[in-house]
Amino acid sequence: MSKQEQHWEKTRGLLIMTLAIWFVFSIGIFLFGAEMNEVTGPFGYPLTYWFTCQGSLGIFVILIFWFANRQEKIDEEFGFSERGDD
Amino acid sequence: MIKGNFIDNLPKVYGIYTGGFLGFIIIMSICEQMGMTAKTIGICFVAFTVAIYAIIGYLSRTAQADAYYVAGRQVPTVFNGMATAADWMSGASFVAMAGGIYFKGYGYMALLVGWTGGYVLVASLLAPYLRKFGCYTVPDFIGTRYGGNLTRFLAVVVLTVASFTYVTAQINATGTIASVALDIPFQYAVYVGLVSILLCSMLGGMRGVTWTQVAQYIVLIIAYLLPVFWISNKMGAGFFPHFMLADEVARIGELEQQFGFVANSKENLAMVPKGLAGITKAHSAVNATPWAFISLALAMMMGTASLPHVMMRYFTTPSVKAARKSVGWSLFFIFLLYSSAPMLATLSKLSLIDPSLPTGIIGKSIAEVQSIDWYQNWNQANLMFVSDFNGNGTLELNEFFMGGKAVVLATPEIAGLPYVISGLVAAGGMAAAMSTADGLILAIANAISHDVYYKIIDPKAETAKRLVVARVLLVVIGFAGATIAAMEIQGILGSVIWAFDFAMSGLFFPLVLGVWWKRANREGAIAGMALGLISGAGYLIWVRNGGSGFLGITQLTFGIFGSAVSLVAMVVVSLMTSEPNAATQRMVDEVRVPSGKSILGRQH
Repeated sequence: MSKQEQHWEKTRGLLIMTLAIWFVFSIGIFLFGAEMNEVTGPFGYPLTYWFTCQGSLGIFVILIFWFANRQEKIDEEFGFSERGDD
Repeated sequence: MIKGNFIDNLPKVYGIYTGGFLGFIIIMSICEQMGMTAKTIGICFVAFTVAIYAIIGYLSRTAQADAYYVAGRQVPTVFNGMATAADWMSGASFVAMAGGIYFKGYGYMALLVGWTGGYVLVASLLAPYLRKFGCYTVPDFIGTRYGGNLTRFLAVVVLTVASFTYVTAQINATGTIASVALDIPFQYAVYVGLVSILLCSMLGGMRGVTWTQVAQYIVLIIAYLLPVFWISNKMGAGFFPHFMLADEVARIGELEQQFGFVANSKENLAMVPKGLAGITKAHSAVNATPWAFISLALAMMMGTASLPHVMMRYFTTPSVKAARKSVGWSLFFIFLLYSSAPMLATLSKLSLIDPSLPTGIIGKSIAEVQSIDWYQNWNQANLMFVSDFNGNGTLELNEFFMGGKAVVLATPEIAGLPYVISGLVAAGGMAAAMSTADGLILAIANAISHDVYYKIIDPKAETAKRLVVARVLLVVIGFAGATIAAMEIQGILGSVIWAFDFAMSGLFFPLVLGVWWKRANREGAIAGMALGLISGAGYLIWVRNGGSGFLGITQLTFGIFGSAVSLVAMVVVSLMTSEPNAATQRMVDEVRVPSGKSILGRQH
């Protein structure tokens, strides 16, 4: 397998992992919205309510930064990162 | 002013700008103490901020294609994040979102999840690859990846349908705010709004829009957060509302139980002015089926990843790496406002319905409520209404009606904040609507000037001529949008949601598969875009004309049907026709690697 194919395989793996986490917090948990809302979540808000106004949103922010860092590592590993900085 | 030097000094420049704006707020509040009228304050806020944007727009003028189309690809990550956040958060987000949450609760909050979750798709599926591609516009990618003028043209069609639907709503919003703040009729105010919008983008294109959007973000976020924190502190609800409103949310639940949701008769509701609504849904309880929530969120997420005015912001970063990080920053800046909207809705609702608070009106006598100053003001503005349906002389929960915009616009006044805050909110709403309108008009005009005029009609055109065409189109499209906005056909929010559905119907899969599926070819892309858009639009028309729909797909989520058709058509047709040639396959391989030259040249 060429270097480029390996790089793409890892990239695809990271994509699948990222989308899996995304799926859980954008779709998965809301299948059980009514049940989850009975539970008290962070800061004392009902749990589903908290996810819709802070939880899922915050997790998406962290997820993107995490994804960006992991992807940079993958690019560096195969020598595909760009020269210069941002 | 805007040379390499300017880029290095960005934090300082915008730091001074922010300080200056805060100073302006303080001066205005001193003027208010000294007796300046509410109206003058409103005019000062809107005029002052718009003048600043116009100056930035003028200083960013350019005669270079890559500066005009992609801001010279040198916008740092954090600033591009702010610009994207302003580009993204429209008049609807600013003025209508808290109101939607206030009235519809959980079912509406699917939009919060959808309009943020979409950025995960942007970051992981598209933005870095399109940046590597080096395109000027989204159709530029489609046209080069799949080849042929028809693919390019179809992409322009989808882009125009989606963005134009969206932009009329934004021009409408600038008109509404300008007409209130400057006290002129709406039909003229729309054109005042339009001129302000064009001042930012005409001379500098993407470069002008970028630097004004950063300035607009700063204004709009201050204008949103300051009242939320102030009201929360004034009510004694907590100094940091986001972490401290659990008791208030619970208290609203208690009051809902106590009052009950009484359904009004048809005859009674007919007396309520158009556009106003009462509180009929639980505040924090789950009041929608899982599919209703998830389908709306999903449609908004896929729409986010297909809307060209957002995608093209990531063409302006210096590198692929920066494009990825920049998506994270964009969402962070969006998060600051979106996570505050439910808090504002909570504070607003509690302050109105809790009889134990001095501002509460439920349970008071109708005559008493009708004599309150702010009630009279907002009743006159057609945003508030009470009526004694059951004739007991006391205001009940089901007898109080409000417009969605009133949550953002009226709450500061109800909570007893000085008028300077209302002026600030008007400036913030104007900034939000202007920045989005600028991004959208530029997206349409650039696609037509670059992809239709330069790439299809006259590939030999000189840069100077191209940029003249681009600017003429900008003005023409702006005026077309303003003319339609002046007719006031539909509400702000409805048309915003449709734009997402149109975009995802026609563009989501052609974009994503262009990067992630090498086998996707021209015929497949043509089928995907054309059939996706046609079936999505067809479904919308069918449901609008009394069609029953299926699978619970409504007129707000028709993009789910459109994009499904698009996916199937694209895969089937691609597999039935020959695979893309070797050069195209090599191009896709190139796109997948961050290092090396971009596919399209720096100037193309």
